[in-house]
Amino acid sequence: MSYEVNGQTVEHDEEGYITNLSDWSEDLAKVIAEQEGIEMTDEHWAVVNFLRDYYEEYQIAPAVRVLIKAIKKQMGPEIGNNKHMYELFPYGPAKQACKIAGLPKPTGCV
Amino acid sequence: MAPLDDSENKKPAEMMDIRGPDGDPLEIPRLACDAMAESKPYPAYPEHNLKLGFPGELIDNWQEVAIAKMGELAKKNRAFQVYLDACVKCGACTDKCHYFLGSGDPKNMPVARQDLLRSVYRRYYTFAGKYFPWLVGARDLTKEVLDEWYAYYHQCSQCRRCSVFCPYGIDTAEISMAAREIMDSVGLGDKYCNEIIGKVKDVGNNLGLQEKALAATLEGLEEDIEDDTGISVRIPLDEKGADILLVTPSADFFAEPHIEGLIGYAKVFHEAGVSWTLSSYASEAANFGMFIGSYENMRDVSLRIRKAAEDLGVKRIIFGECGHAWRVAYSFLNTLAGPFDFLDPNYPVPQHILEFTWNEIQKGTLKLDKSRNDHIRLTYHDSCNVARASRMGDKPGGQFEIPRNVLKAVCNHYYDMDRDTIMESTVCCGGGGGLLTDEIMDIRVKGAGPRMKALKQVTDDFGVTHMAAICAICKTQFSKVMPKYGYGMDSILSVHQLVSNAIILGGQEVEEDAAPQGDAAAAEAKQ
Repeated sequence: MSYEVNGQTVEHDEEGYITNLSDWSEDLAKVIAEQEGIEMTDEHWAVVNFLRDYYEEYQIAPAVRVLIKAIKKQMGPEIGNNKHMYELFPYGPAKQACKIAGLPKPTGCV
Repeated sequence: MAPLDDSENKKPAEMMDIRGPDGDPLEIPRLACDAMAESKPYPAYPEHNLKLGFPGELIDNWQEVAIAKMGELAKKNRAFQVYLDACVKCGACTDKCHYFLGSGDPKNMPVARQDLLRSVYRRYYTFAGKYFPWLVGARDLTKEVLDEWYAYYHQCSQCRRCSVFCPYGIDTAEISMAAREIMDSVGLGDKYCNEIIGKVKDVGNNLGLQEKALAATLEGLEEDIEDDTGISVRIPLDEKGADILLVTPSADFFAEPHIEGLIGYAKVFHEAGVSWTLSSYASEAANFGMFIGSYENMRDVSLRIRKAAEDLGVKRIIFGECGHAWRVAYSFLNTLAGPFDFLDPNYPVPQHILEFTWNEIQKGTLKLDKSRNDHIRLTYHDSCNVARASRMGDKPGGQFEIPRNVLKAVCNHYYDMDRDTIMESTVCCGGGGGLLTDEIMDIRVKGAGPRMKALKQVTDDFGVTHMAAICAICKTQFSKVMPKYGYGMDSILSVHQLVSNAIILGGQEVEEDAAPQGDAAAAEAKQ
């Protein structure tokens, strides 16, 4: 189970989350997004970048509520709202956006 | 019963009729033999199993070890042995499982699910099965049988609805837990549960949410409450000397609508004027040790709560909205981690947040404006572990009454669903018992069918827009599967979210028509 990006092989788990988080690159994010049926726009990148920054600081993805608050601050309420996040990432900003951002899948009752 | 014909039952979940022709949410489907045989969760990785004390992967002599383990469990756990011996095949349970009703697969009939293990038990542990296996339906434990166990014991949410209708009280959940324990003992664990239990041991919660992140999340929520209400309401973490330790599912720090419930608890504690704290060490109410039938793992997780209570010097322990956690807390905590003689004997050990809130409502401590929930027409989903494995308050049936009392105190429009699908007969959300994992979404959606049909009835009859629940699993499961049945993902609410909406905090200035935005949007989406 792996992605091919720029001639390199990047391992992932059964659900497409990369195994080694340091393998992530923007090109890889585009490859993962394509497999998820998502075309990356500036708004998608804003989410992905926020998730990566947050993860670097806290070693976990943020709650959706925290993500929305941050995007709202950065890009305004038209984009920073729950409905729009699910339009960007139909399988959920937590799970699907984490996959594209190269972060582990949130586990538990979520 | 519908005719035995599986040819017409291959419709995808999206196309399933939401309500049968006679409108019965518990309508019996056409049989679809082996329809769900391939529904299996991902197996655990060696590192997940090893951390829990199980072999990393399937061991060479798995057959021998599994048979011995089964014998050991039957000897140690008398109930398990009685359940294996006592079934008379009366058939009362056959149409009681939501996974059977949703999938039509006869192996999801509770008696058939039990027989997957019972047939092997007979072969090795009964006289007739040893000598005349063909006469008594006894089977050798083969790799095919093991695979079948893995598939169908992960299609049981251990909700125990079937056991309510069994004249002998046979509890399929116990058999399913034992089956998973046997599989774990030979190195065949499931990834979802075992990875999560490992995270609790490492970090203190299912999510893997570390102290720094938890503290930041709680601070953010305090800001949100102040922005919304103008009142500073604290959500304390690791505060020594607080009176109350709140133990709540970590989903309450992460997911929607769970977080809204946490805000509700904080507002209730604030208005009640009590001192309370969360713990970063025991930042999880859930205890997946129960789902995999592992006493040792269940105890390890429970002991974290005891240690946190002792270290923080609290007088009381209160549990947040989590279904199976309340079963473990109410029924097993004292055995697993007691005695709790260091706590204040004037309060139940432990207490449920709904017991606390209901007491405060009765005392008149909370100022409630029910009209703030007027945009919601509500029903309530009894979570299986609360309904059938615990109690609340000091009267029988308190676990049914107290949540409804609280909801009716904060909401003007409340309607119950079909009596055969609530209270002790409640149908499962479809994601409990360690099945809340995406690779088995098909059975999750199918298993939610009976509940969704019952909900559809009250939507048709009374215009119900939302359903409340007091279990983190139920809430997540419904937010995922409700859209498949034509409801918005935010049609599922936390009970304390509704409490939160209705509370007017002391000193709070209230505007006219101040219905909370999120719910208003949900109501619009529904229309």
